[in-house]
Amino acid sequence: MSPLDLVVAVPLGFVVAALMLGRAARGLILLAAPLMAGLALWLALLPPDAAFLVGQWDLPLGILLRADGVARLMILATALVIGAVGLHALAEPPEKPGHAAQAETFWPLVYLLWAGANAGFLTTDLFNLYVTLEMVSLAAVALAAMGSLAAALRYFMIALLGSLAYLLGVALIVARYNTVDVTLLAQVAEPDLATLLALGLMTAGLLIKAALFPMHGWLPPAHAAAPAPASALLSAIAVKLGFVILVRLWFEGFADVTGPASLQVMGGLGAGAVLYGSVQAMRQQRLKALVAYSTVAQVGYLFLAFPLVAGAIDPGDAWAGMTLQAVAHMLAKAAMFLAAGLMLKAAAGDRIADLGGLAQAMPLTVTAFGLAAVSLMGLPPSGGFTAKFLLLTAAIEQGAFLYAGVLILGGLLAAVYLFRALSACFAPATTPRAPVTGGFRTAEPLALAGLAIVMGFAGTALVELSAIAAPWDAPAAAPAVTLPEAAP
Amino acid sequence: MTFAPLALVLLPLAAAIASFVLPERLAAWRNAANLGVAFVKFLVVAYLLMQAQAGLVFEWRYEFLPGHDFVLRLDQLALLFVTLSVFLWLLTTIYAIAYFDRGLSLPRFFGFFNLCVLAVTGVAMSGTAITFFLFYELLTLATWPLVAHRGDEKSLRAGRIYLTYTLAGSVAFLAGILWLQALVGAIEFSAPADLTGIPPLTLTLIFILCIGGLGVKAAIFPFHSWLPEAMAAPAPVSALLHAVAVVKAGAFGIVRMIYDVYGIGTVTELGLGVPLAALASVTILYGSVRALMQSDLKKRLAYSTVSQVSYIVLGASLVGPFAVIGGLVHLVHQGIMKITLFMCAGALANRMGIKAIADLDGAGRLMPVTMAAFSVGALGMIGMPPVAGFISKWYLGVGALQSDAAWVVAVLAGSSLLNAAYFLPLLYRAWLLPPPADRPAIRELATTRDRMLILPAAVTALAALGAGIFASLPFSPLGWVTLVAEGGYLR
Repeated sequence: MSPLDLVVAVPLGFVVAALMLGRAARGLILLAAPLMAGLALWLALLPPDAAFLVGQWDLPLGILLRADGVARLMILATALVIGAVGLHALAEPPEKPGHAAQAETFWPLVYLLWAGANAGFLTTDLFNLYVTLEMVSLAAVALAAMGSLAAALRYFMIALLGSLAYLLGVALIVARYNTVDVTLLAQVAEPDLATLLALGLMTAGLLIKAALFPMHGWLPPAHAAAPAPASALLSAIAVKLGFVILVRLWFEGFADVTGPASLQVMGGLGAGAVLYGSVQAMRQQRLKALVAYSTVAQVGYLFLAFPLVAGAIDPGDAWAGMTLQAVAHMLAKAAMFLAAGLMLKAAAGDRIADLGGLAQAMPLTVTAFGLAAVSLMGLPPSGGFTAKFLLLTAAIEQGAFLYAGVLILGGLLAAVYLFRALSACFAPATTPRAPVTGGFRTAEPLALAGLAIVMGFAGTALVELSAIAAPWDAPAAAPAVTLPEAAP
Repeated sequence: MTFAPLALVLLPLAAAIASFVLPERLAAWRNAANLGVAFVKFLVVAYLLMQAQAGLVFEWRYEFLPGHDFVLRLDQLALLFVTLSVFLWLLTTIYAIAYFDRGLSLPRFFGFFNLCVLAVTGVAMSGTAITFFLFYELLTLATWPLVAHRGDEKSLRAGRIYLTYTLAGSVAFLAGILWLQALVGAIEFSAPADLTGIPPLTLTLIFILCIGGLGVKAAIFPFHSWLPEAMAAPAPVSALLHAVAVVKAGAFGIVRMIYDVYGIGTVTELGLGVPLAALASVTILYGSVRALMQSDLKKRLAYSTVSQVSYIVLGASLVGPFAVIGGLVHLVHQGIMKITLFMCAGALANRMGIKAIADLDGAGRLMPVTMAAFSVGALGMIGMPPVAGFISKWYLGVGALQSDAAWVVAVLAGSSLLNAAYFLPLLYRAWLLPPPADRPAIRELATTRDRMLILPAAVTALAALGAGIFASLPFSPLGWVTLVAEGGYLR
């Protein structure tokens, strides 16, 4: 047994268990949260060269599960986020009055999302990645449907389009190279038309899933309408899988195919996302819509990092910045959605102007929101600061002042919209408040936000973790496998 | 004792956590924790001062990111600022406990109050530019809830303006230090970076970014507007903001930039000292003129701060031995005198509802101790001997002549006149005019007297007097600053 297949197998087991138990399934999270956190921690602490072949067949017949730095960090963060969100939902699962079935479907979906995300972070096989992408999308659409059916339907259509584009690209790759393993493709990929077309299709499909501007349209309505725990999972985890697969493609499988120009396009889209998402977030009147648009902006940083990683002489800093931005955003955004959910329950309405008096009525929850905001703005000390600091350093060293400017401006804009929400909490109460829910439910957003802050103190360890088996590092990380002859 | 710098940061953290966690019904415990920690810190610093005079330097470092060290370093300049903050914080804590008494949002207030202490201590002890930035930002964040504390429209507006200015400034500062780091590697204050080979234009641009960024917190014209707005905050916050916390962090950063990052040589070579001195002079005069125009007591004091903090910048940018001493010693002197004035203003507002200058009539008869302390602070600001402010101005003036900048003497003289013009009428009203008829009688006031509200201001007023009278002793602010200057800044 190895933690590599356990982190996939165990949540799948929980899916089955949750389906069988029905309404009693909610208690499972009490077992799942510590178990998965332990497994993820074990995985993170494995020796650096750990790779694992399912079924003990060699590549390309076998399936490579590989725990590189990105996978280890993402799986650990996923375990923390889903664990905390699950515990948060334990007391009061997302449920509309009269929709008793929702509580029953919530838990299998959570575990499905968990298994799909973990498998996607670990695998290097393009087709398996497709399967995990579908698992996550399926779970995500269903979770989104708990809020607004119309938004979820829209999400479903667009996600389907993304999946198809990705699958078409994979098919082209199979036809061209006769392999779908990223580590093998890294050795053989050539910049010919079929490859470029395939890469373009896959990238377009994945960008839709990752909700990168200008393909973000589905995200704000879906994430804003869903119940808070569902929104937290969607924003923190669902969009990250598309990003990780893109990292696998662009920096590993097709690192020699992607040219500087295409990298600049990615960077430009990322910069556009940062600015557009921030400006939109500033214009929102509803708290959850603000938080959702903030996701659009934060996803932008991940892609803004692409040209910085590719252009660096020593990409370690930029690479770590990109990875840590993903992790910090997961923790902070999940915390923020959970906190926002609690705040909206106590507030008079769902508008930002209705938040008055909350700083007094529920100081711990507002603190959680504030700490998460600190990380999202990239202010120290926080994981968000560490990530943006690394990216900013890389940008300035490379003379990429445009990206440096966007990084700085994005932080300022984030401060504008997040402090608007925070200062609304300080305003005097407009209506009498409902009594606030018990202490246990306020603990999870606070813990997640606290983790995002603590990340700022563990920078060196996290940077080293993110560098494990990174594609720009020693090529020894790739398993030495002889390539089969292409089928005639 | 290498952990001593760390302890100075962790002590306020403990107090902050205690304040956040303890509910309002345990307010007595919260107050005890705050006072206890402030007092312990005071003792630690007293011990460190004795060690530092023997030339010991404490340092604590760890690598927070590859290639970037987090360094807390207690050199003599750091100790100067730490000592000031620790001393004034102990008094402000006493004052704040008396000022607020009880209230729902007090856990939050004292929590962020202590985070502010933490940040300022960290700013003082930072050994690298990036460490400095970390604490500088923490200071911005920790101060915002204090400024917006009351939660009314005015406070929220003040908080918004405060954030807009300071965050923009921080970003410029961050861009500046990252740019410089990309050129010369990590910036350690103890070992000035080798700047040879960098084009002068680049260096000038970086200097402008950094000083501009720091200048926002130091309230240098035209980045000063947030400071008078922040007057919406409660009196203890204003006292802290103006004396040790935010404005001083900015001024202290400017001193570090000029002396420990660029070095006097480079600044002179690039010709950056004189324009900065000119800007500081403009701020000094502008702040004074604006102060003269205010009818609200706290607003007048606020504009006076805008003016006075620039003395520090002026001294630092003149790069002569006496000017440096004058600037650095004003860091301490202005802190002691300004906190006196604000604590008195808060006491006046709290006890008699005096907010406008016109209400000051006869206040000296009703609250003699408070007004006596206020008078000492005001006379010191004008530069009247033997109050501490005189020493600052004297050294600045002599320093200006040493640096061949005789025009600065004219600025100092003009500013002193303006200071007199806006402070003396207050003293006249308070001592020589009769109180209006609707004021509570002195007997009535005495029944509800709260000594803790008055005592801190009296202590700082005495300190301001002492710092002036005993300036020649080795442990006076002037003596210590001379030690600092001889130790490194007169190379």
